[in-house]
Amino acid sequence: MRPAPDLDLSVQTLHLVLAADPDSVRDGLARILALPPLTGLSDDDRGTAEVVLAEVLNNIGEHAYAGGAGTVEVTLVPVMAGLDCLVVDQGVTMPGNQPPTGRLTVGPETPVPDLLEGGFGWHLIRVLTQDLAYARIDGCNRLSFTLPNTD
Amino acid sequence: MQLQTQTRPRLLSVLVMEDRIDAASAIQFKERMRDLTQTADGRVVLDLARVMFLDSSGLGAIVAVKKLLAPDRVLELSGLTPTVEKVFRLTRMDTIFTIHPSHEVAVSHAASA
Repeated sequence: MRPAPDLDLSVQTLHLVLAADPDSVRDGLARILALPPLTGLSDDDRGTAEVVLAEVLNNIGEHAYAGGAGTVEVTLVPVMAGLDCLVVDQGVTMPGNQPPTGRLTVGPETPVPDLLEGGFGWHLIRVLTQDLAYARIDGCNRLSFTLPNTD
Repeated sequence: MQLQTQTRPRLLSVLVMEDRIDAASAIQFKERMRDLTQTADGRVVLDLARVMFLDSSGLGAIVAVKKLLAPDRVLELSGLTPTVEKVFRLTRMDTIFTIHPSHEVAVSHAASA
């Protein structure tokens, strides 16, 4: 059990609205990484957070908005277990009303021509997060998950 | 997308001079790699020592370059930084690529395929 942090976690909550295109996502990630609560994480956990947020945000641009214009709201709340994340967009509903399973289909024996060049994103999101939940509410996609502290 | 090349007999080294290969730069990376590898032969070593961040689009672009070079040429990697190494490991792409600890090791290493 780690000791209770000697600060008010609520003041470290980060709320950011950004456009969902790849350049805006890159700029938004740079801003998020430079601010609390991300600055309070270990290098390893910050790297994980950047990977997960990049995948979630770029998926929204690519699929929910299908490459068109749209914005995403990101809320990051530090909790004892790690970082609670809520990502909200107004794009189309996820297929089947649930996040993709992200199952990998490759292994060391996969012939080179059969290697896929995509499909890694949801696998990364699922292995690096906990308590992943998706809801479609009032025309918005709401994806929530926890990025666990690992050290 | 800044890429620096070094040519040796039967070996082309490509050093990525950017700190990330992501959704904003993956297509450009793939096109530059296609152009750079057309004029050389032998194996290709991609040094990622300066790359601090790689997302699934960047990973997909590296896989695409491997497929472009196959079956006659191999793409090997060197100098994976911690977050990049994590992305390769979690997607099992570390089992698909020969990964050298550093560019120097990669150059001194005999062709692996």
